[in-house]
Amino acid sequence: MTGPRRRRRQPQHQPPPPEPPFPPPPAEPTEGPPAAGALASGDGTPGEGGPADGRPGNPERLYTIAGAADGARAELDLVTLIVARSAAPPSASPEGAAVLRLCGAPLSVAELSAYLSLPFSAMTVLITELITAELVQARAPIVRRALPDRSLLEAVMHGLQRL
Amino acid sequence: MDFNGSDTLPGPRTEDHLPHTAQAAVKIVIVGGFGVGKTTMVGSVSEIRPLTTEETMTQAGVGVDDDYGSETKTATTVAMDFGRIGITDQLVLYLFGTPGQERFWFLWNGLFEGALGAVVLVDTRRLEVSFDVMGRLEERGVPFIVAVNSFPDGPRYPLDDLRTALDLTADIPIVECDVRRRASSKEVLMTLMGFLHSLAVSGALT
Ligand SMILES: Nc1nc2c(ncn2[C@@H]2O[C@H](COP(=O)(O)OP(=O)(O)OP(=O)(O)O)[C@@H](O)[C@H]2O)c(=O)[nH]1
Ligand SMILES: [Mg+2]
Repeated sequence: MTGPRRRRRQPQHQPPPPEPPFPPPPAEPTEGPPAAGALASGDGTPGEGGPADGRPGNPERLYTIAGAADGARAELDLVTLIVARSAAPPSASPEGAAVLRLCGAPLSVAELSAYLSLPFSAMTVLITELITAELVQARAPIVRRALPDRSLLEAVMHGLQRL
Repeated sequence: MDFNGSDTLPGPRTEDHLPHTAQAAVKIVIVGGFGVGKTTMVGSVSEIRPLTTEETMTQAGVGVDDDYGSETKTATTVAMDFGRIGITDQLVLYLFGTPGQERFWFLWNGLFEGALGAVVLVDTRRLEVSFDVMGRLEERGVPFIVAVNSFPDGPRYPLDDLRTALDLTADIPIVECDVRRRASSKEVLMTLMGFLHSLAVSGALT
């Protein structure tokens, strides 16, 4: 065949650092706001959940912790799942109330952006405020990592098979 | 937008609500040059009505010799379609049909860094429109497969010839598809997942 030909390129960046394995499903489905423990800041170590606590499958490590005392911002991904923790208080902005109404069931930042016709960047600012006010909970996505996770890939394959 | 008329606010249909047990999402990106079928593929496999997220990019005029400084900034709206597939009660898969031009990618935090992998769509009438995106994925270490979207007037090449023209190593799957059909798009996604799994098994995925 004729026509232009491509030349392959080489990786330019170091691979991301390894992360703990994909946690298995929680033993029991949780009712209500399941991250209440993860968001509690009593012991000041909200980000733990790896081997340190002796529960490698701890689903709490999936939650993004925002609004920490140091003012750290939530790292919101397009597919971070947002769930309302309570109804909108009277003080909520119309946009904030709209998010809380939509997040009665988990919804990704991308979906919120689409339904509310807000750019992704504006959406993350709004959601970060809601996380800080403890009105919503954020469930971080599972990302590609250096230590590949076969059980995760297998779960996705089985899910696709049923499509 | 008016956020006050709560009766008229758009939102997911009741049947599109994710279960409360949904703990985490994963994402796959579908990339390729202009008009190769990204939007069509997202729409054919998504379980929800495909949605669009937008971002506004403010850009200084480049390559223009002018004396007006910031006056030349222009705002470009970049749209990205996406769809969703429920995997288990805990896990959700999102598919993003992403513009091929890399200068847009930074607009979405971690879009490629966090994706499990990518499908590069190619159109045999204009293979070269998907060249750049493949190189970008290689540079970033994002694993990908190539899906040849069969347009009726597109030339058909033996896969070996395509592999040579695209300079792909023997392990990277190349599949033919018709992204208008759900079964075909699903097969493409299954091929990607099988490839990612083989990388995981061989320990090559970084
Ligand atoms: N015959 C045929 N037509 C297709 C196929 N896939 C897409 N098309 C058509 O090709 C055109 C472009 O497809 P899109 O899905 O919009 O492509 P895209 O990659 O999203 O395009 P841009 O977002 O503009 O870059 C549409 O008119 C589709 O209906 C295919 O498999 N076969
Ligand atoms: Mg499109």
